[in-house]
Amino acid sequence: MELFAWMAWTTPVAVFFISVAVLLLGMTVWQIKSPTVARRGFLPLRTTRGDRLFLGLLSAAYINLAWTGLTDLSQWFGAGIALLWLLVVMRWG
Amino acid sequence: MKTYNNKAWLLVLPVVLCVAFSAIVPLMTVVNYSVQDILGPDQKVFVGTEWFKLVMRDPELHEALGRQILFSAAVLAIEIPLGILLALALPAQGWRSSLALVLLAMPLLIPQNVVGTIWQIYGRGDIGLAGAALNGLGLDYNYTGDSMDAWLTVLVMDIWHWTPLIALLAFAGLRAIPEAYYQAARIDGASRLAVFRFIQLPKLRGVLLIGLLLRFMDSFMIYTEPFVLTGGGPGNATTFLSQYLTQKAVGQFDLGPAAAFSLIYFLIILLACFVFYSLLQNAGPTEKAEH
Amino acid sequence: MKKRSFGLILYLIFAILPIYWMVNMSLKTNEEITGALSLWPQHLTFDNFRTILTDPAWYGGYINSLIYVLINTVLSVAVALPAAYAFSRYEFLGDKHLFFWLLTNRMSPPAVFLLPFFQLYSSINLFDTHIAVALAHMLFNVPLAVWILEGFMSGVPREIDETAYIDGYSFPRFFIRIFIPLISAGIGVTAFFCFMFSWVELLLARTLTSVEAKPIVAIMTRTVSAAGMDWGVLAAAGVLTIVPGALVIYFVRNYIAKGFAMGRV
Repeated sequence: MELFAWMAWTTPVAVFFISVAVLLLGMTVWQIKSPTVARRGFLPLRTTRGDRLFLGLLSAAYINLAWTGLTDLSQWFGAGIALLWLLVVMRWG
Repeated sequence: MKTYNNKAWLLVLPVVLCVAFSAIVPLMTVVNYSVQDILGPDQKVFVGTEWFKLVMRDPELHEALGRQILFSAAVLAIEIPLGILLALALPAQGWRSSLALVLLAMPLLIPQNVVGTIWQIYGRGDIGLAGAALNGLGLDYNYTGDSMDAWLTVLVMDIWHWTPLIALLAFAGLRAIPEAYYQAARIDGASRLAVFRFIQLPKLRGVLLIGLLLRFMDSFMIYTEPFVLTGGGPGNATTFLSQYLTQKAVGQFDLGPAAAFSLIYFLIILLACFVFYSLLQNAGPTEKAEH
Repeated sequence: MKKRSFGLILYLIFAILPIYWMVNMSLKTNEEITGALSLWPQHLTFDNFRTILTDPAWYGGYINSLIYVLINTVLSVAVALPAAYAFSRYEFLGDKHLFFWLLTNRMSPPAVFLLPFFQLYSSINLFDTHIAVALAHMLFNVPLAVWILEGFMSGVPREIDETAYIDGYSFPRFFIRIFIPLISAGIGVTAFFCFMFSWVELLLARTLTSVEAKPIVAIMTRTVSAAGMDWGVLAAAGVLTIVPGALVIYFVRNYIAKGFAMGRV
């Protein structure tokens, strides 16, 4: 582990990257089990499941940033809203 | 139709490994830095989203971002039309064409800091041609003292440096238009403007989007040229995002805020990248259908 | 017609004058530079160039730069070729997302990753080697190479692949014997771009080297700050950095238009 000491790992960040990896793995398995079909939802372009995940995660990041920048409330509320938004994009986007 | 075959992954694997090595490991490190206060090699304190809060509310950052957007917008608004005009004016073939292409492409292959050096010399009032000429005309030009002059010098330098890229791309795009299109236009008695509007411009859409993408990204990341030319000054007049970031990370050694800033920067780029890429994808099929 | 050529010539003058001015300065003595302004050297001297070409600290920088740029160009094109083929011929799991991810790397500002890069290459003992700079530059050159090559390859009809496979060619043999010669113009253009972006890059190259592999661009910035302003030598060093680029442009000038027209770029 000495080799990675300079990366200054912390538990939350490790959890974050592990969940990203799990998410990618899960999406791959899902794709093999039942391939996605590009469709048009409320987003202004045709998207596949992977596209919606990317857009959902990207906008979730922006929501979190806006929360940090504009309010002094706990970050957890922002994260909660972002998660809800992600689910909405995945389902109806 | 393309065939579906997952063995293609074997062909892309080398690229994925090469790029992942240089992209993912540093990215993970930056994320780690962004949530900690790093006081020394063995002294780190977890601070959560503190740095993000700090950076999002940093007025200097807002100013740098504003300058950056203004700069990128000016670069695109001038370089793209100018590049198209140059491509239209270039002779189609022969030695004149080769000569003009070679001269035109020269600035592209000059190292970034040398570009800065060239303009640093060129713009000086005492030893530079442009600076001396402008002062000779009675203008009070001094890029090291006056913010407006410095800003304009950086802009002109970027136009000088990168317009040739747009011109080359557009020139290549123009060459790809079959002669038959022009003949048809002549028979219809189309004006020069109509030929441009209805034949040349639609055909150039693909290459111009690539040019737009490359120019937007590179101008958004500009660092070396203004650093050499003005060092970000006078004051903060030419401190763009990269410069501000590097000042923080290297100059003041504020690793945490610099990392948080890096991630925000990355998110902005990612969003812009997605928008341009979607446009590019939509431009692609129509263009292919016409061939 | 007349007006257009006039405009073009005007722009070319604008493009060439700053370069001419540097060449002009490189052939003057420092006294002349800081003295009166003159459009051409009054006392022609090659001392500035002599200084650079006889001092290993100076000319070593050019050699270092050329080494890592060449390693980078060869490696980038070599790994990008099969990948571009895969993207142009096959659909596979996650292909579009992979392509997008590659492009984002072309677009992430190097300034973001400077410090981690330094630590990454130090931790695997590659700091201050040519290969480290070459690998780091692959981050932005490989995606670009894949992008350009994919455009060229899509222009080659698929029937050629199919015929070759029916004739009993194995994939590697087909790829090297038939396919690569077909897109040689595309490879030329790609190599040109890789060369260009690696040659002009300063930030990463400077961060990842200290002595052994220090590129010319870094030597220039440091010498300036250390020795005050030796304008003549600085200008001469700048002129010499343009030479390889000018040679490359001269050789690929015909490819640029032809190659671009064939491919996506």
